[in-house]
Amino acid sequence: MEEFEPTIVAFVCNWCTYTAADLAGTARMTQFPNVRLIRMMCTGMVDPKYVIKALLAGADAVLISGCHPGDCHYINGNYKARRRVKLLQEILTGFGIDTRRVKLTWVGASEGNEFAETVNHLVNEIRELGPIETRELMVV
Amino acid sequence: MATTAKIEVRDKNPVAALQTFLAQVLEDEYVAGVLAPRHLNDNGALMPTLVTDPAMLDRVDPLAPAFPFNAAKTLVKLTNGEMVNKVAAVLKPCEIRAFVELVKLNQGNMDNALLIGVDCLGSFGNTEYLNYVKDADPIASSQEFARAALAGEESPGGTPIAKACMACEHPSAVQADLSIGLVGLDIDDHLVVSAHTARGEGLLSRLGLPDVAEAPSRAKAMAELVKKRTAFRDKMFEETNEATASVEKLARYLSGCVNCYNCRVACPVCYCKECVFVTDVFDHKPWQYLDWAGNKGMLKMPTDTVFYHLTRLAHMSTACVGCGQCSNACPNDIPVMELFRTVAARTQAAFGYEAGKSTDDAPPLSVFQEKEFSEVTGGVD
Ligand code: SF4
Ligand code: SF4
Ligand code: FES
Repeated sequence: MEEFEPTIVAFVCNWCTYTAADLAGTARMTQFPNVRLIRMMCTGMVDPKYVIKALLAGADAVLISGCHPGDCHYINGNYKARRRVKLLQEILTGFGIDTRRVKLTWVGASEGNEFAETVNHLVNEIRELGPIETRELMVV
Repeated sequence: MATTAKIEVRDKNPVAALQTFLAQVLEDEYVAGVLAPRHLNDNGALMPTLVTDPAMLDRVDPLAPAFPFNAAKTLVKLTNGEMVNKVAAVLKPCEIRAFVELVKLNQGNMDNALLIGVDCLGSFGNTEYLNYVKDADPIASSQEFARAALAGEESPGGTPIAKACMACEHPSAVQADLSIGLVGLDIDDHLVVSAHTARGEGLLSRLGLPDVAEAPSRAKAMAELVKKRTAFRDKMFEETNEATASVEKLARYLSGCVNCYNCRVACPVCYCKECVFVTDVFDHKPWQYLDWAGNKGMLKMPTDTVFYHLTRLAHMSTACVGCGQCSNACPNDIPVMELFRTVAARTQAAFGYEAGKSTDDAPPLSVFQEKEFSEVTGGVD
């Protein structure tokens, strides 16, 4: 059997984490290539159904990453995102989806290093956790 | 402390006593109409009816063990907007709690309504109810049902009440302006009515009903009923958790679902005016279906079934009042109430929130604090 490599879908804020991801790339920091980045204008616009869809479609984890508290360009989008992630974790955990598969982090525009670390840490964590059930299972 | 008054019952006819009480409420003119469950004809069929003429109260039946849909949505239509006069609404406790949620979502208006809650002894599903009444007089059947339920019978007339009702730990309506008590009383002798708000107090004192002390039998019977229902609820949570403990199990649980969306149409707290699942967001292209089928070698049609239910849970679980109308509406007998309530218990606990309890508590997804839930962000605020 091939070794398990997680697929991670990341919804990142245009104003901070996306820039940090760009920085990590241009500065040639080492990071695992398991993440598919989706650029959002704010973590506050990550609709819970985007996360649900990704997990049902077989993403092993979803990362949502945005501006630090107090830095959101739309004032409080990140606080709202935090409540939504809490809500999603509570719903999904009952169906055997580990809370570690929905992650929220704050990574500022200048924190390229932080971004690479977040990705590497998450990839390792999900490698350990193993593949999500929906990888093999057809559920829609 | 709530003021409590007595509603005298004559000729062993508590429904007639309630009709007289509602006639007095109409004559007082604080409200211009009363929304109350009324039999449409003599076969028992019952719908919330807006009554303005006391003479039309003759078929009003607040004791009917029927619950065609959650009338909180009807009360939204009757209160949402400029009004000169208020309407009174005779509702079940779960309808009142759903209305409280809708008020907080700016869909209903509490100022325009006077809520009259009635102790709920449980209801049948829609078809079970019509079978229960059959050819009998509907109001006489309701009274018979109430007597049997108050005597502790589990399945009056051989039919069990809806599971949502067996699992309901809120049989009395303490959020109402006025609540009518049945539990712990001899309903062929008298009922009680308690005021919980200033306007409820005002109305009650104008009606001039005799004061009565809360009978100790009532508190005791209520505690016993709540205990029984809570035990049923907790067992239901346990069984449902077990039956849906993985995505595979959840998909199996929902495998009879045909995406009719009746459960969300019937749900009083599914608050979107237009559900995203019926918009063109979900009008997929033919090639997309083939693509998806290609991923795993097959694709169940219709698609977006578990996706729909999980998204619905994200929208309404913090507001679910456990009324069971979702299960009442499902054409395929999927135990959706069990699932939605089980998840709702989890999400409401996570936010320290109880749906329908009070208009003072903000819905959890409408507010936030600067420092909270640091476990979500790995301990960083
Ligand atoms: S989900 Fe079901 S039980 Fe909960 S409020 Fe909606 S209809 Fe009632
Ligand atoms: S009412 Fe039943 S069949 Fe219809 S969408 Fe809901 S669960 Fe599915
Ligand atoms: S703008 Fe970055 S999280 Fe809101």
